[in-house]
Amino acid sequence: MLSRTADNLYWLARYVERAEFIARTLEVAQRMASLPSSYGGSSNEWESALAATGCAAAFHKHYRDATERTVTEFLAFSPDNPFSIVNCLEIARSNARAVRTALTVEMWEAVNDIWLALKKLDRRRLDRDEVNRFLDKVKEASLLFDGSASRTMLRRDSYWFERLGHYIERADNTARILDVKYHLLLPEESHIGGALDYYQWTSVLRAVSALTSFHWVYRESVKPWLVADFLILNEQMPRSLASCYENITRYLDLLAQQYGRQGPAQRHARSVRSRLQNVRMEAIFSGGLHEFIAGFIADNHKLGAEVAEQYLV
Amino acid sequence: MAAFDEMKGLNGHVRPGYRQLSEWLATVPRALLDDRRREAEFLFRRIGITFAVYGNAESTERLIPFDIVPRILANAEWAALSKGLEQRIRALNLYIQDVYSKREAMRAGIVPEELVFQNPVFRPEMNGQRVPHDIWVHIAGIDVVRIDPETFYVLEDNARTPSGVSYMLENREIMIRLFPELFATHRVAPVEKYPDELLATLKSVAPSTAPADPTCVLLTPGLFNSAYYEHSFLADKLGIELVEGRDLFVEGSVVYMRTTEGPKRVDVIYRRVDDDFIDPLVFRPDSALGVPGLMGAYQAGNVTLANAVGTGVADDKAVYSYMPEIIRFFLGEEPILKNVPTWRCREPDALAYVLDHLDDLVVKETHGSGGYGMLIGPKACKDEIESFRAKLKHDPSNFIAQPTLALSTAPCLVEDGIASRHVDLRPYVLQGKNGVRIVPGGLTRVALQAGSLVVNSSQGGGTKDTWVLGA
Repeated sequence: MLSRTADNLYWLARYVERAEFIARTLEVAQRMASLPSSYGGSSNEWESALAATGCAAAFHKHYRDATERTVTEFLAFSPDNPFSIVNCLEIARSNARAVRTALTVEMWEAVNDIWLALKKLDRRRLDRDEVNRFLDKVKEASLLFDGSASRTMLRRDSYWFERLGHYIERADNTARILDVKYHLLLPEESHIGGALDYYQWTSVLRAVSALTSFHWVYRESVKPWLVADFLILNEQMPRSLASCYENITRYLDLLAQQYGRQGPAQRHARSVRSRLQNVRMEAIFSGGLHEFIAGFIADNHKLGAEVAEQYLV
Repeated sequence: MAAFDEMKGLNGHVRPGYRQLSEWLATVPRALLDDRRREAEFLFRRIGITFAVYGNAESTERLIPFDIVPRILANAEWAALSKGLEQRIRALNLYIQDVYSKREAMRAGIVPEELVFQNPVFRPEMNGQRVPHDIWVHIAGIDVVRIDPETFYVLEDNARTPSGVSYMLENREIMIRLFPELFATHRVAPVEKYPDELLATLKSVAPSTAPADPTCVLLTPGLFNSAYYEHSFLADKLGIELVEGRDLFVEGSVVYMRTTEGPKRVDVIYRRVDDDFIDPLVFRPDSALGVPGLMGAYQAGNVTLANAVGTGVADDKAVYSYMPEIIRFFLGEEPILKNVPTWRCREPDALAYVLDHLDDLVVKETHGSGGYGMLIGPKACKDEIESFRAKLKHDPSNFIAQPTLALSTAPCLVEDGIASRHVDLRPYVLQGKNGVRIVPGGLTRVALQAGSLVVNSSQGGGTKDTWVLGA
């Protein structure tokens, strides 16, 4: 298929996924900020939402204080923020339009409907309820898009590229939220994390919609060590780094099969995956959780570049 | 001016081919027709068969009005017409070939030199250039009108990138869905083979060095082009890639497209991008639509462009007026399809006549299209006529004039029921290595305003399905 078509499908999926992640991050920040500070609520939840979405530097060019209003405005609606939800959805739709014939009708409608809803929104005077309704719609659109793709697309290269976009983006998002919260997830004997409580850890799980499943898997109260294990190494957890890489290697292998040729992207993805399969949490912690995650983010980024180099340009 | 009616002729007697349709129209309940029309509109909208800008934000996606009453041509009528079309495309090809090589027609005084050399669409880059199989015009949209049972006039030869064929195909598709009973009682010749015929034509004109199964692509200016729907529709039907300029690149005078499996060599480009934009190194440097180096690859004979570069020299309205002479000169045959009598305003006598008869004539810009830049004398007010007179005097060679023709009419469904409206016809003529192919039919355009002669979609015209009845 044309590289441009594959590129559009891949980025379309990434931007839909990213919009959903930003919506989730905002919801969690809102929830945390409403908790009394004695329960771990703190005003810097808004800063950490900015950090998790990688938008802190850009934000401070436009605003001084990170408050509910400014951060919501910047992350959800601002045209000045290249990764605001609005911009993600704009880019997603224009990619979708460029490859209309490569999409199924349902996928197009999912992207187009949320874009139309966005156009109708009066962004200047939104109260918290309206913002939340909008964030819900964004999450719904992402589910709808994802589900439509998996139910309606032919299983061939166009589908594999679309999936790759989702998983590479998802891995990046999970890693980022871990990186922002890594100081909460340090082993118990560390004093840095000791003061922070249960609500902070659960917020990490909520951000990736994994609180309930955590209990199913570990049958224990939320402990930072286990949260890290769940989100990094547990292949049952669909947003974990390990699970994302299970999928990424699968789709890259299917592409290689269809094209009859392996490349650097396949090799690199496989090495990232095997590292995730073979490492233990103890080793990650002793080497430094932050260092591990930062290394992963760089590796994931490198994979994106390799996929682009190998297939999309 | 009583016009010839496709169904009722000049005297009200139902013509051969129309008998069943006419009986059906006389008995079918109005409500059913209205239902079907709504349904047709719904289908057009749902499939997204739109005209004009697909693009920008809230966007004005327009539907071309569709008339559900088919226009019928008897088999014998079509046979005569298609012979004429075939003759026309053969002559067009020989003429263009001559313009860029020996120039015998000019030397023999058939066509004035300045008409060719001062024409902005003349491409000196093509001088002395051979194109694969000497075919320049692969796809022509030849607009014809009819004034009586025997006489078709050619109105225009579109030899660059004629559009509208997707409507011919979609109109048929929708008619079959809406009126299966009419198809059961008529032997309508199929147009569905058009995409196959087009692909076969494109493959047949691949450079001689191309593999047995050459790679064809359709080059579009992109999403914002008004015919983008048609481009993506055709690429889908042909099963070839729809590419934009940035999907292609040239290396060592060979054209490649960027695919997920690496560069893939391209042999034939059905381009829906005008000459001016295909190669920024040769033509407009400010254009990002084209492919740098494409002309070099083309001149080296490594890729076929359909239609060839420079075919504009045959589809301007001034050259049009010489077509009968061109046909006689190159083919030694009498033109089967007539030309509309044309005054070339570049000739002083003609200009004088035209200036004296502005209120009887249709005056057109030689490079105009889409119904723009024209004066319809009998319908124009004094001011319009005077302002046109000034334009004409200022630059006479930019204009031609023709009598207002009594275009034939065909029955259409309008507000008050079935009524006659003026129509024209654009059949699509394909020229490949192994001859000319024409699918039986074409796009009938209809002036939906009572009395109007303007059928262009940009001027509010509509379309209808065209049925050629089987032998």
